[in-house]
Amino acid sequence: MLKFERFGLGIAKGLAVTFRYLLRHPSVTQYPEQRLNVSRRIRGAELVWSREKCTGCATCAKACPQGAIEIVTATNLIDNKYEVQTYRVDTGYCIQCGLCVEACPYDAVFMGYAYERAKYRRGDVVQANDELLESPSRPVSGYFHPDLAEKLPEQTLLIEKIVEKRK
Amino acid sequence: MQAVPPDWPSGYWWHWLFFTVVLIVFVLTMVIGAIYIERRALGRMQSRLGPNRTGPFGLLQAVADATKVLLKENIVPSAADRVVHFLAPVVAFAPVVIMLAVVPFQDGALLADLNIGVLYVVAISSVTTVGVFMAGWGSSNKYSLLGAMRTVAAVVSYEIPLVLSIVGVVLVAGSLSLNQIVLAQDIPFILLQPLGFFLFFTAGCAEINRSPFDLMEADSELVAGFHTEYSGMKFAMFYLVEYAEAIAMSAIITTLFLGGWRGPLLPPWLWFILKVLIVFFVMVWTRTTLPRVRIDQLMALAWKFLFPLALINLFITAVQVLAWPDTLPWIMVVINIVIMGVLVLAWSRFFKLGWGRVKV
Repeated sequence: MLKFERFGLGIAKGLAVTFRYLLRHPSVTQYPEQRLNVSRRIRGAELVWSREKCTGCATCAKACPQGAIEIVTATNLIDNKYEVQTYRVDTGYCIQCGLCVEACPYDAVFMGYAYERAKYRRGDVVQANDELLESPSRPVSGYFHPDLAEKLPEQTLLIEKIVEKRK
Repeated sequence: MQAVPPDWPSGYWWHWLFFTVVLIVFVLTMVIGAIYIERRALGRMQSRLGPNRTGPFGLLQAVADATKVLLKENIVPSAADRVVHFLAPVVAFAPVVIMLAVVPFQDGALLADLNIGVLYVVAISSVTTVGVFMAGWGSSNKYSLLGAMRTVAAVVSYEIPLVLSIVGVVLVAGSLSLNQIVLAQDIPFILLQPLGFFLFFTAGCAEINRSPFDLMEADSELVAGFHTEYSGMKFAMFYLVEYAEAIAMSAIITTLFLGGWRGPLLPPWLWFILKVLIVFFVMVWTRTTLPRVRIDQLMALAWKFLFPLALINLFITAVQVLAWPDTLPWIMVVINIVIMGVLVLAWSRFFKLGWGRVKV
């Protein structure tokens, strides 16, 4: 029985495969210039906290397996209510598990949508109060919040880039 | 631009100086080009882009790498044989440049039109192995020595089919001078000697340690083989040797089988460089496609497959040249391609690795 795979046809087939890849668009992204949209439900690098919604119940702090959330509340005697004095997160300890977001009864904590959160100093990863609020540079991820997820752009996959025409 | 200058002694030295400079510049620029082609083509074939940051389209990547490597510290192992360790890169590099002395860039444009050019090429190309072995021995490192031993074993084995397949070309061309061989190629010898080309290409790839026969410097098993213990400028020399060898082998293949500088329209030297780059591209192509062979497979391929086929090819060519010297070349082309197909198929039946234990 003459199987041509054993007589060089296999090599020819392999060469054809590699040559086809040569003519195909490479499935890579030039990272700093080109970016892929990440998953809409990404558990991004940092926690986003909403001062308005937070009641200071500290459920998030209890849910945190790392004990990274520190919350200090005080009584505001004038308005006759609790208010949060300090909400401090050591994002260096954060493992992006999202348990705080799931635990919060008032939807006051969110996972971040951004993923570039490298810092130059160890102290910078400990963030408190206003640093944790939502801002254009700290967008909110749709994790555990399907209504927010719908507004975010759809995730781009590398497999979609391959079928693109070659520039 | 003549092999034998008309105004003998004074023109001789100008000729020598001119072509020495040309050869060195040719080798260095072609190496930079080769590295670029290799990295970009390899990248594209692996669905990557390859280096594209340094300079336009990443053209200066080789320059940047060279600068980096040259500025690095030169480390010599304390147990190394210092003299041998120092000399090895030079011994490895010099023959590659010297080898190109007999390769014509256009009619008669070569450093020395030796009438034993092919023999010269065969002799000089093996000297690189000495450099490699010196590097392996001088490093006093078991991986380096293993890599060097493999290189010696491979080169000694592959030299035989390499030379035997050249002999076919020499028989057809009727001369050992590379210039004469190019002049004889009204039809490129790749068509008249397809089996010879196939054998020469395979053996050539093995001779210069290119993938899939790069197990002498297998990064994943031997930690880069003989140049494990080299750093800085000496490493750069070995890197240069690797690509210069590939370019030199491509130049030899171009000259022997692809009609050298001959071609329509474009100037001859441009044809020559184009063909060299095409051959080199095929080497890159096979490198990215084929997995690395084992040492026993390497030896088996040389002795059980290439060697007998080279002998048969030599015999058939000799019979053809002796018996039908005046046949139309195109008939010979067809006959030889058919013979090549039959022989490769038939010999693949005999050639089994591991006595059939390896199922494909």
